[in-house]
Amino acid sequence: MLLTLLAATGFALLRIRNLFAVVMLAGVYSLLSAGLFTVMDAVDVAFTEAAVGAGISTVLFLGALALCGHHESKPGHTPLLPLFVVCLTGAALVYGTMDMPGFGEASNPVHHHVADHYLEESYGEIGIPNVVTSVLASYRGYDTMGETTVVFAAAVGVLILLVGGARARRARGGGEG
Amino acid sequence: MTLDLLLTHYNYWVVIFLMMVGFYILISRGNLIKKIVGLNVFQTSVFMLYISLGKVTEGTPPILVDGYGDADVVYSNPLPHVLILTAIVVGIATTSVGLALAVRIKEAYGTLEEDEITGIEAGIEPAGEAAG
Repeated sequence: MLLTLLAATGFALLRIRNLFAVVMLAGVYSLLSAGLFTVMDAVDVAFTEAAVGAGISTVLFLGALALCGHHESKPGHTPLLPLFVVCLTGAALVYGTMDMPGFGEASNPVHHHVADHYLEESYGEIGIPNVVTSVLASYRGYDTMGETTVVFAAAVGVLILLVGGARARRARGGGEG
Repeated sequence: MTLDLLLTHYNYWVVIFLMMVGFYILISRGNLIKKIVGLNVFQTSVFMLYISLGKVTEGTPPILVDGYGDADVVYSNPLPHVLILTAIVVGIATTSVGLALAVRIKEAYGTLEEDEITGIEAGIEPAGEAAG
């Protein structure tokens, strides 16, 4: 099952110290999760994840590695405290799932708030057969606008950071030479 | 009873395991790029949790078959899919900013290991001057 494969990939990510291998495994992880999304009927999410998670982010990571080198040194402190924190958080979360309704039951409350309305009325109101598209672009259009704002802000931030770095380097080179 | 619980909650528990793997990478590893990978793992596991919530057994993807919500066809819940589409794009935006910061830190300090950076910060003055 895909979930088990994902768990194995996650564990390998934890152990490996060569960052190139880690980035490649992160791509594999992303692609596996895209497969999982397809199995769980979220086709739009699956192809976004395959394109963005497995494609663009791998390229970004490789670019960063090319600039930074790819060796990770051994962690200096004992892993006991983080392990304890993680186990505690995990136990709390598992305890939280005990109250959750079972996976995939049609009577779960999450399926009966606005989802019914979207499925029954959206074709009459918007006219697009793909419900995900009509919710994304119309009912929750402000979300999408906010998302575009975030992406714009991120692009500006990256440009400022990288251009500023190049300028600082040039100034330093001029001072020394 | 216990087996029943295991079968209906298996998805959630594997997602929680992945979440905790990401969290552990984030807090226990010193390398900044490895930390960002851990953050991504955590993020993807949250996506999986949402998509699991939206799944209906025997459901099909929420693309209307004949233009109307047909009572015979069961669709999965489209709302979590929409939220996660937005989240994926925002996630790649934060990842790229994080990586740009890592590149700058590497330029300024010559290392990406957290403890070495702390050492430089606490230590001698000349290393700090490059940070601006």
